[in-house]
Amino acid sequence: MNIKNSIEITPELVASHGLSGDEYDRILELTGREPSYTELGIWSAMWNEHCSYKSSKKWLKTLPTEGPQVIEGPGENAGVVDIGDGWCVVFKMESHNHPSFIEPYQGAATGVGGILRDVFTMGARPVAAMNALRFGDPEHHKTRHLVSGVVAGIGGYGNCFGVPTVGGEVQFHPRYNQNNLVNAFAAGIARIDGIFRSEAKGVGLPVVYLGAKTGRDGVGGATMASAEFDENIEQKRPTVQVGDPFTEKCLLEACMELMKTGAVIAIQDMGAAGLTCSAVEMGARGSLGVELDLDKVPVREEHMSAYEMMLSESQERMLMVLRPELETEANAIFSKWGLDFAIVGKTTDDLRFRVLHQGEEVANLPIRELGDEAPEYDRPYLEPGKYSDLNIADIEPPKDYNKALITMLGSPNLASRRWVWEQYDSLIQANTLQIPGGDAGVVRVCDENGNDTGKALAFTSDVNPRYCEADPYEGGKQAVAESYRNLSACGATPLATTDNLNFGNPEKPEVMGQFVAAVKGIGEACSALDMPIVSGNVSLYNETNGKAILPTPTIGAVGLIGDHSKHCAIGGADTGDIIFLIGRNGSHLGQSSYMRECLGREDGPPPIVDLYAERQHGEFVRAAINSGYATSCHDISDGGLAIALAEMSLANGLGAEINLLTEHPHAVLFGEDQARYLLTVDDEWADMFAANSEGSAIAFTRVGIVGGNMLKIGKLISISLDELRKTHEAWFPDYMA
Amino acid sequence: MTTTIIQFPGSNRDADMISALTKICDSAPQLVWHTETEIPSTDLIVIPGGFSYGDYLRSGAIAARSPVMDAIRNRADQGVPVMGVCNGFQILTEAGLLPGAMMRNSGLKFVCREVKLQVANANTLFSTAYFENQVIRCPIAHHDGNFFAEANTLKRIEAEGQVVFRYAENTNPNGSINDIAGIINKQGNVLGMMPHPENLIEDFHGGKDGRGIFESVIGAVRIIAA
Repeated sequence: MNIKNSIEITPELVASHGLSGDEYDRILELTGREPSYTELGIWSAMWNEHCSYKSSKKWLKTLPTEGPQVIEGPGENAGVVDIGDGWCVVFKMESHNHPSFIEPYQGAATGVGGILRDVFTMGARPVAAMNALRFGDPEHHKTRHLVSGVVAGIGGYGNCFGVPTVGGEVQFHPRYNQNNLVNAFAAGIARIDGIFRSEAKGVGLPVVYLGAKTGRDGVGGATMASAEFDENIEQKRPTVQVGDPFTEKCLLEACMELMKTGAVIAIQDMGAAGLTCSAVEMGARGSLGVELDLDKVPVREEHMSAYEMMLSESQERMLMVLRPELETEANAIFSKWGLDFAIVGKTTDDLRFRVLHQGEEVANLPIRELGDEAPEYDRPYLEPGKYSDLNIADIEPPKDYNKALITMLGSPNLASRRWVWEQYDSLIQANTLQIPGGDAGVVRVCDENGNDTGKALAFTSDVNPRYCEADPYEGGKQAVAESYRNLSACGATPLATTDNLNFGNPEKPEVMGQFVAAVKGIGEACSALDMPIVSGNVSLYNETNGKAILPTPTIGAVGLIGDHSKHCAIGGADTGDIIFLIGRNGSHLGQSSYMRECLGREDGPPPIVDLYAERQHGEFVRAAINSGYATSCHDISDGGLAIALAEMSLANGLGAEINLLTEHPHAVLFGEDQARYLLTVDDEWADMFAANSEGSAIAFTRVGIVGGNMLKIGKLISISLDELRKTHEAWFPDYMA
Repeated sequence: MTTTIIQFPGSNRDADMISALTKICDSAPQLVWHTETEIPSTDLIVIPGGFSYGDYLRSGAIAARSPVMDAIRNRADQGVPVMGVCNGFQILTEAGLLPGAMMRNSGLKFVCREVKLQVANANTLFSTAYFENQVIRCPIAHHDGNFFAEANTLKRIEAEGQVVFRYAENTNPNGSINDIAGIINKQGNVLGMMPHPENLIEDFHGGKDGRGIFESVIGAVRIIAA
């Protein structure tokens, strides 16, 4: 039976592909005629926001992406950073927001699958994963269902695949009621000389399809992810892919074996826009044409049209250019792992992307223009307005500080996330040094024979969307600064970042203004803190019925610990250790957790980030950890000093006694001023440490001492560890029960 | 000392086990692929954790019917020590080498955390390094670890001392009957356990409580060899 490939191209059809009139005119010009139905699908797949970055490109170009440590910046499947001795870390963060709202389990699972593939396509074995999740108001009727499905999906995929999930974030805010966010991060380790890229080389070489078979799932997924939602979004469920982590695990092992044989010239995973995007990218990067014969593509459903095959986002698939003399060897590896291996095309020298189906040429398009000539917009934007400073005297202090601390510690956004991360295997691979619950997840680096190299990598993901809403520029800076602190608090030298920029509809000048300002803040902070951006992803149109999410530029950051025996954790202090506050006393309450949880206010400007102080304090803290002074360390962020002290006491399993004399104790205890840490030092070394701090001109205070089973802060707070723990651990399981 | 690890497609704690055996035995284990029908001479066979064949159908069900299982059964009959951890335990029960069955965790969720284990029988091939009723730490990571056996079987394995490890101090993470975390066959050479001792064997892991299981069986093998 011949499958119909000719469908009349109408303006409605063009619009349903998410293409504007102008874009379609440009397509007519580049095609040189009216495109076929399949060709229209290919153009729309390549030119949608998700794949082309057409609204964001102009601003992404301003971000710092270089540095002596950077081996591969943005553009490839993932960024590559040197960690010394011939090793590198390969990492990226990517969103799967839209699908996770429509179908939480599979949406989140395939988000994890996609990011893992991005990492191992480059020849790196995944060693760590994280997930930054944002959900709506806990009281919203959909939230529980989404949390439950997303968390199960992440665990279901990552646990089976066999990568430790070592960190992440979970936050709630009503602005995510109709658009939750799932940002998946993965990192892998490789030898620097063992990195693979997607650039095709050589004419007439076989293009090979690897992995799982192609089905009808996910057709049009990238286009769906490039549009706003409305009440009919449930109908988009068929655009969500279905994950098979078992196949992905087999694909990983097969690819690792294959890469060792030398058979791979270029390799690219099939992610968004599947076969189309991977083939075009490989060809365009290598200045080559590609010809595909769809009759050779392994399919799991009959009678699939060329259009469906080209746009399917079936998971666990790869495309590669093969060294032909090694075909038999390569094929044997894939049959050992029970995976498909099919030569589906060849590279050509004519720079055309040609697709054949049942003897008919269903597409013949200029390959470079598909990618490079994608429209790039300079969208109009409005400079975001700013809040004026709040007067501390206008911010009501709590009547009962004990109650305030308990309220905050047991609130949805500050309560323990144990309910979430215990569903993730954080220990697999036997290299985890810090499981979730610390400042950053830490895993050691082992060579291919499992020998410890002595190095470890730290991973964190951060952003405070309420700060970003109030001031996208400072919020962008703060996201980077907090990731810098979380790495430093473990004793890790920050190396580089990946950014996952989640915003609303960029066609609205206010949203575009948030985006532009946040990118500016991120860029400045990354430059000042030497954390270049090496990979990332932009997710726009996170809106439903015209209502956008909070601007959420998630920063995933990676740091290096040269000698993991020197790493530091949040809970390592002993009775009698002296607690130091690094940085100034708290004073800033605008947009704080205190105002939100205790006063029901979300106003004021977010704290200003002094990047110079961040750097100075970070370097000082790392030096203190490296020279063995610090017995434990924790950064101060949401909830301020009091929450940081409570978290640290819980991790230590020991109370603390804090001296506190000041006129605005609520600002000191709950202020969210930046560039601050808590650090504990053995009492014997405390004077020496204080002298060093003074010598380094670091603002610091000796705030108290570790011990007992109570957290006591001046005369204001006195709560038992048991009560703190009960409060902190209760919210999530109670909510999900 | 020659050790052997069985690898199925979907095994994923095999690397952890290779690393643990290499560190504890000072030599790397030999690896046997699931399609093999014979296992070379060995002093210990380990079936590692993971999701063999994706654990589709039922955890361990497909692996229990793979070609290598007959070879494992033959070696077990000859008295070779066999140890199944997590998915390995599920496979051994599915294959009938151990009694009972594994159900979904009572909380219906995957759980990864550290638990306490009581050594219920310190007089087995795999537990002599501990003393009777010693409580050790051990991590778990599974979705289907809720051990169940019908009343007669349960009575028998309890009476015969076949329960080697029990979850202690109210840390039973999965609803297992009688807090059972690990059992041994009647002959005393096939052990199955849900917890992961291979993830707690060096200072780096924050403890070495898991090491005793490997040291017990290695010690026993060395005594036999001597």
